[in-house]
Amino acid sequence: MIRIENVSFARGGTEILRDVSLELPSGGVTAIVGPNGAGKSTLLSLIGRLQPLQAGRITVGGHAVDSTPGAELAKVLAILRQDNGVASRLRVRELVAFGRFPHSRGRLSNEDRAHVAASLAAFGLDAFAERFVETLSGGQRQRALIAMAFCQDTPCLLLDEPLNNLDMFHARDLMRRLRAAADERGRTVVAVLHDINHAAAYADRIVAMKDGRVVADGPPAELMTPETLERVFGHRIRVTTIDGRPVALHHL
Amino acid sequence: MTAIAARLTRPGFAAGGALALLFVVSLVVGVGDVSLSRLTHDPEAWRLVFASRLPRTLAAVLAGAGLAVAGLVMQALARNRFVEPTTAGTDQSAAAGVLLMTLLWPSSSLPVKTAGAAAAALAGTSVFLAVAHRLPPNQPFLVPLFGLIYGAVLGSAAMFVAWQADLIQFFEIWTRGEFSGVLRGRYELLWLSAAMVALAWWAADRLTILSLGRDVSIGLGLDYQAMMRLGLVIVSVVSALTVVVVGMIPFVGLVAPNLVTRALGDDLRRAAPWTAFVGAALTLGCDILGRIVRYPYEIPVGTILGAVGAALFLWLLFGRRA
Repeated sequence: MIRIENVSFARGGTEILRDVSLELPSGGVTAIVGPNGAGKSTLLSLIGRLQPLQAGRITVGGHAVDSTPGAELAKVLAILRQDNGVASRLRVRELVAFGRFPHSRGRLSNEDRAHVAASLAAFGLDAFAERFVETLSGGQRQRALIAMAFCQDTPCLLLDEPLNNLDMFHARDLMRRLRAAADERGRTVVAVLHDINHAAAYADRIVAMKDGRVVADGPPAELMTPETLERVFGHRIRVTTIDGRPVALHHL
Repeated sequence: MTAIAARLTRPGFAAGGALALLFVVSLVVGVGDVSLSRLTHDPEAWRLVFASRLPRTLAAVLAGAGLAVAGLVMQALARNRFVEPTTAGTDQSAAAGVLLMTLLWPSSSLPVKTAGAAAAALAGTSVFLAVAHRLPPNQPFLVPLFGLIYGAVLGSAAMFVAWQADLIQFFEIWTRGEFSGVLRGRYELLWLSAAMVALAWWAADRLTILSLGRDVSIGLGLDYQAMMRLGLVIVSVVSALTVVVVGMIPFVGLVAPNLVTRALGDDLRRAAPWTAFVGAALTLGCDILGRIVRYPYEIPVGTILGAVGAALFLWLLFGRRA
């Protein structure tokens, strides 16, 4: 369970988050959507303790993110940042294996190796496993980084725009894996998504942000209305239903 | 598993053999006659070996291995392949540090002066890294460029002070790497740099994670600041030791890590031992070369490495793409 209480954040005199409070129960997929500059990534990085809290309080699984030792939190939450400029000469297998570091502290057990092998297979990386990360395409690199986060095997998984650079096949595949991680393993997944339809199709809940505030919050069926979407994104969006699922025709 | 072991050990044995060969050559090459035949009957030759040749050879191996690993660590800290202690202000800071110790506390012992140099190197490198991390990551050449300018400014400032204090001759000793003055009793501090190499090896996994950036490091539960400090200590202590004992040696910290990581990758656990090896062989080889080229005169190892290292580095930049 992730609990966010009255979190505000400012950088260089600009308010990025204004008094955000949210409670995300254990298990399930939550999508955070919103226009550019809404504060989505900042909120995610605060939950993932990548930036210091300025005001308010965040706990993940009962651990306060600003006071729990980093090594302990690394077993509770994994975070994938946007624009990971990882142009490293690490082999994909080595990179993914570093996802096990919080558990292995550098000495891979057989269980760790099994996790690595499973993650490589799950994200279609077997063929690249011995290649250097710097030689991969953007989408392949993104998959390697996602595999690394999965491999950390934490109850809570935070992903900042995980669909970046992914083709349609791998984008759909990732969303299905997130869904399965929540349904079968009870993991709590929070993902910042740009594509509202991916959010609607796979998330249990959509949190819409704008100007540093949560402006809408609810299950996809409730949130996917022309009125709400216009309030969040600023233009009129037709919403239709296909096979009982709401689909926004945002590109028309 | 056995296949991997075979693959790893064959080059391992070859490299070990090459270094051992260089080691023996280094013991017999020089102005004093220490040919193998003379060693069989002349105790005077053995005295020369133990007083001068062996210390000199060990100094080259220790300094080379230390500098190469310091370069590797520094490249992980700066997240840039083109930095090394001699071109990013670390060595210049160390030289300034030992200069200040000499000025303010002339009677201090060599270890104390080295400690002063290490402290200055630590401060100078911290400033470099603080700036390097603020430079845009999509322009990788800004970091070494800044390092060159920063190092040159520090070096010039130190040289000005040395000139004012009439210590230019000392300053030259610290800034120009040379092994000819190495005698028993004058190089033993360099063993500390072997300890730093061991420290880097011990922390190899965490240093590799550090090279993936702050966010990944924190995400994997690393104490980012503490690891940064550990890396800084390794780089600064090795640099200070070499500056004080033998003088600045360029390019080893740049060329050796790049040669190794191009083939083996950035995983320090795998790359660090090989980097130490290549650095030791490169430094010792260049020192031997410096003794032969103008025999019976000597060319300082720093000069030889400047030429050899620059050629190797150009080859790394423009040679075959991996």
